[in-house]
Amino acid sequence: MAKKYLHIHRLRRVYVWELPVRFYHWLNALIILTLIVTGFYISNPLALLSKQEASFKYTMGWFRYVHFVAAYLFFFNFIFRLYWGFVGNKFANWKQFIPTSKRFIKEMWTVFKIDILMLRKNGQQQEHLSVGHNAMAGFIYFLTFIAFLVQCFTGFGLYAAMSGWWLPQLFAWVPAFFGGDIVTRQIHHWAMWFFILFTVIHVYLVFYHDYVEGRGEISSMGGGWKFIEEEVFEQKRHHTPNPEH
Amino acid sequence: MNNDAFPKQPTYYEEVLRKGYPRRDFLKFASMMAAFIGLEQTAIAQVIQALETKPRMPVIWLHFQECTCCSESFIRSSHPIVADILLDKISLDYTETLMAASGTQAEAALKNTMAKYKGQYLLCVEGSVPMGADGVYCMIGGKTSLQILEEAAEGAAAVIAWGSCASNGCVQSAKPNPTGATPIHKLIKGKPIIKVPGCPPIGEVMAGVIVHYLTFGRIPELDRLGRPKAFYSKRVHDSCYRRPFYDAGLFVETFDDENAKKGYCLYKMGCKGPSTYNACGVMKWNNGTSFPIQAGHPCIGCSEENYWDNGRLYERASSFAGFGIEANADTVGKVALGVTAAALAVHAIATNIGKSKLIREHEEEGRESEHELEA
Ligand code: HEM
Ligand code: SF4
Repeated sequence: MAKKYLHIHRLRRVYVWELPVRFYHWLNALIILTLIVTGFYISNPLALLSKQEASFKYTMGWFRYVHFVAAYLFFFNFIFRLYWGFVGNKFANWKQFIPTSKRFIKEMWTVFKIDILMLRKNGQQQEHLSVGHNAMAGFIYFLTFIAFLVQCFTGFGLYAAMSGWWLPQLFAWVPAFFGGDIVTRQIHHWAMWFFILFTVIHVYLVFYHDYVEGRGEISSMGGGWKFIEEEVFEQKRHHTPNPEH
Repeated sequence: MNNDAFPKQPTYYEEVLRKGYPRRDFLKFASMMAAFIGLEQTAIAQVIQALETKPRMPVIWLHFQECTCCSESFIRSSHPIVADILLDKISLDYTETLMAASGTQAEAALKNTMAKYKGQYLLCVEGSVPMGADGVYCMIGGKTSLQILEEAAEGAAAVIAWGSCASNGCVQSAKPNPTGATPIHKLIKGKPIIKVPGCPPIGEVMAGVIVHYLTFGRIPELDRLGRPKAFYSKRVHDSCYRRPFYDAGLFVETFDDENAKKGYCLYKMGCKGPSTYNACGVMKWNNGTSFPIQAGHPCIGCSEENYWDNGRLYERASSFAGFGIEANADTVGKVALGVTAAALAVHAIATNIGKSKLIREHEEEGRESEHELEA
């Protein structure tokens, strides 16, 4: 039996994540997973025993090879995303990530209060709605971009000694800057944990938003759509005067 | 500056002959040196000519906070001419360890050389300079190391920082560095400085650096960290004969296991070969007899800056500053992961309480729509 007060929302479909953004996202996820798995092996190889002659085996060789191939993909994918931050839609724009305005900081604080501390207002449970990234998430992604930079700089810095190509050579100064390969490798290794922790929290929060808000958070990175209530849409749309009316 | 007042210095070749070496030995030595410093064949003649015609170069060799292993390594380099001529003859001007003079005489010799060959002598420094407590930790003849160094560097044509102490501080600059041990390049500005790190550096490398300077009258090409490229552009790992085992993924797990007997790669025993730039795998030590990895011991990275503080010698994982001796990056990471998981679990529970109304409303809305739909 339908409850009288129940308000059935009409939802509006919004195209939030364009195809290039989705493509970048999943490629990035796959690559980072690969880099973490191969990275772990490189840092502490498993004791795999085999009866094979050493000359038939290339286990470490393959792990490193995959790491380096993934590293190149990672790098170019990253560059592509930076580019898309200037030409993509408003949800992909670089301004979503960098706290440049007072509003940005204020929104971060709001998200913190509502989604993390779960504070109520006048005894009422609150909900914070953002169609694209909320400010907090945007800022965290900004931090991941910095972590990307750290991995690219330290990674290609180490790789420069094994390569003659000019691209890795651009990073050849990095180990010298940090005071040698040993420290550089350590920084590279520590930074990996940022990715692991980020992934765990990120996946959790996606489920959280989907669960609490019911607007298609999880599937948005698949089809690109999020769904918002008609009222919310009316509130947020910009009212350019329509010459036809 | 008037050099004519002093007797002309003999050339290296003259010294070689005087020592009783045949010309054949001299030529062998010159070719060997040319090969070590990575010159083309045509440059051998240049080396020979330089040694034949140039008067021996005045050298001042200072010893500060060090163990003299650099000098030891140098006089044991494979060719006897190295020790006999290069060291005997070039460094007799002043070197605390090997000169016969002592006390006032030695001081006078030092002063003399500095005045006589101002702007021409090569200054070799072995050891780091203590900067703590106004330098009292290492004083010679009533002067601090820094005073001596600055005076000697003033008129030097170039400075060679022998070994890890002079190049990057080595063990005495390890945390907490009680004496304030400082490498040479941080104290001397405006002079060409060649860093020849290693604890000690390979004797042939040291000889090679000097011969290069003699032959061309300028310092060899250096890398970003100020080390001669000819010897420090490759990692030990790149020329290690155990590398095929590394690539195959076959590793020694403990020093006494079967894999150690088979000569597998020492990576998991903490080998720093993959991050250490040196020529050990190629030149080896003690007349090319062996080098640590060949003797079954992992490379400890002795020519890399800060190798004492950058993790332990027999482990690849490094300890994490501020988290105690036992914690390495992975331990800290795992703890952080556990804490994160716990925090998320708490958040998940809190969500079901704190957002209960919202969740219930969505659920009812969704169920209602489901009811209203035809099957
Ligand atoms: C999400 C990004 C990345 C992660 C999580 C990651 C992880 C790791 C880890 C854990 C190691 C082992 C370090 C150790 O010895 O303890 C490693 C090694 C290495 N990584 Fe990465 N990495 C990433 C990106 C990159 C990139 C972009 C490059 C660029 C070329 C790169 C190049 C290297 C190199 C050269 C090594 C040393 C391998 C060797 O010398 O055998 N990595 N990485
Ligand atoms: S023993 Fe050390 S230097 Fe040699 S291949 Fe193994 S890790 Fe590299």
